[in-house]
Amino acid sequence: MKTKRTLKKILLYLSFVIIGAVMVFPFVWMVATSFKTGAEIYSLNLIPHSPTLENYAKVLKGSDFPRWFLNSFFIAGITTISVLVFDPLLGFAFCKYDFRGKNLIFTMLLSTMMIPTEMMIIPWYMMVNKLGWNNTYWSVLFPGLSSAFGIFLMRQFFTGVPNDLLDVGRIDGLTEFGVYTKIALPLVTPALSALGIFTFLGNWNAFLWPVIALDSKSKYTITLGLAQFSAENLSRWDLIMTGASVATIPIIIIFLIFQRQIIEGIQLTGVKG
Amino acid sequence: MKKKPMTMDRRKERTAYLFIVLPVLYFLLFRMIPTLFSLILSFMKWDLLSPNKEFIGLENFISVITDKTLQKVLWNTVEYVIVCVPLMIVISLALALMLNSIEKGKSFFRLLVFIPYVTSSVAISYVWKWMFMQNGGIVNGLLRMVGISAQPFLNSPDQSIFVIMSNVVWSNIGFNTIILLAGLMQIPRTYYEAAQIDGASPWNQFRYITIRQLNPTLVYTTVMGTIRTLQVFTQVYNIAGTDGGPLKSTSSIVLEIYNTAFKQYKMGRASAITVILFLFIMIITLFQMKVLNKETD
Repeated sequence: MKTKRTLKKILLYLSFVIIGAVMVFPFVWMVATSFKTGAEIYSLNLIPHSPTLENYAKVLKGSDFPRWFLNSFFIAGITTISVLVFDPLLGFAFCKYDFRGKNLIFTMLLSTMMIPTEMMIIPWYMMVNKLGWNNTYWSVLFPGLSSAFGIFLMRQFFTGVPNDLLDVGRIDGLTEFGVYTKIALPLVTPALSALGIFTFLGNWNAFLWPVIALDSKSKYTITLGLAQFSAENLSRWDLIMTGASVATIPIIIIFLIFQRQIIEGIQLTGVKG
Repeated sequence: MKKKPMTMDRRKERTAYLFIVLPVLYFLLFRMIPTLFSLILSFMKWDLLSPNKEFIGLENFISVITDKTLQKVLWNTVEYVIVCVPLMIVISLALALMLNSIEKGKSFFRLLVFIPYVTSSVAISYVWKWMFMQNGGIVNGLLRMVGISAQPFLNSPDQSIFVIMSNVVWSNIGFNTIILLAGLMQIPRTYYEAAQIDGASPWNQFRYITIRQLNPTLVYTTVMGTIRTLQVFTQVYNIAGTDGGPLKSTSSIVLEIYNTAFKQYKMGRASAITVILFLFIMIITLFQMKVLNKETD
């Protein structure tokens, strides 16, 4: 009985090692290629014989990667801040207040969750052209400033905040806004951080809208820049993989630092949502 | 006497309106109106360059549905969904079950499985393209090592779509595993203990406890996965190229929308395709709501 159980355990861990390797291999191969010299990239060695940093020097100096990186940070950052300001505000209003038209407005907002982005990009594109927003950060930013998903999520979490607690604040003389910021918001911080992570990653990886909204290279996000760079350096896989590494590694480092909060945040929203 | 609670309610109502007014305007301006506009546009003949729009009724829809290329693309998209989604869910469920049954190293393996979710799909698309290259790619290198001849992969109209599918599945496993694992951890242990006392086999425990308790989460991940896969774009664009080649064998609905609207500037026709996509997504969402509501009754 005991040996059977140990055997099972060993098999289990063995399959984990194999699955883990499969999951991680594409990254390992990407990074490995980025350290190889042009002559070596077609060999199947995982560890380069003569590792070189030259690709990184070329990519960072010879292209706009640092700039694209900052653009992405800026765009994803502003969007995330906006979502974190507005979505909880609406979630709170729909959860804790009664007002005329509440259900109608809430249903209307929720119904936008069903609308695919693709259905809005043509009108957005025309809006950008008509209003002269071409090649501005704003043109990439504006579609993501608030999300129905976030509003719904925050409303779910505010139901867990007892009304009595809010009333205590009111009796203590807090304004409604004070009740919201000083009492309600601090109680839903796990949900806020989950929503923040979702939004940031979603915008960091966004491709469809940026590819339509932006023409000028100086405004490119990192995803767009990488696609453009790869098209220009066709079959220079050493350089393309270096660009891909530059686009990926910083996010992975951030992820490794905050992994607990990120994973638990996502589990939280999955269970509640 | 009655006035005091009234003012309190008033105050709350006013606050509520203050809280929501700006975002609601935003949703009107940037979600509702554009959606309506697209809907109207789908009944128009309009090239971006010409100033006049002409009402043509259902002509866009008819020409889209009867178009051979578009039928191919619609079918490709359905193929993406019916291959990727079940694979995604089955692999994720297996991984979640495995993760749930170990203690040592759990968070480490969870981390490994999750990493694809945080990587940019553009970057990883190029890694795929590089790995699956016909000459010099590592996959063919490994195949040759075990005695299998090199495959054309992305150069073949038959194999190309599967290369992209493998990328889609790989990218989505982590997220689904994490959600399913959270669902598994919510099932009370006492259920299994009771079943063991009653002598239920592991298979029956899995069927009647795990699957049944996990059902809402399974529906959620399946629906989200289906909607995401219906909208597959970035991987096709970057791995196969803008034309969804070879011979349109990998093109998806969204890639076709992109090409129709922003390469050919046929805005009316492109809008009609977005409406079709919208209908797909709406049906799936309504289905989910129905199933999940039944669940809670």
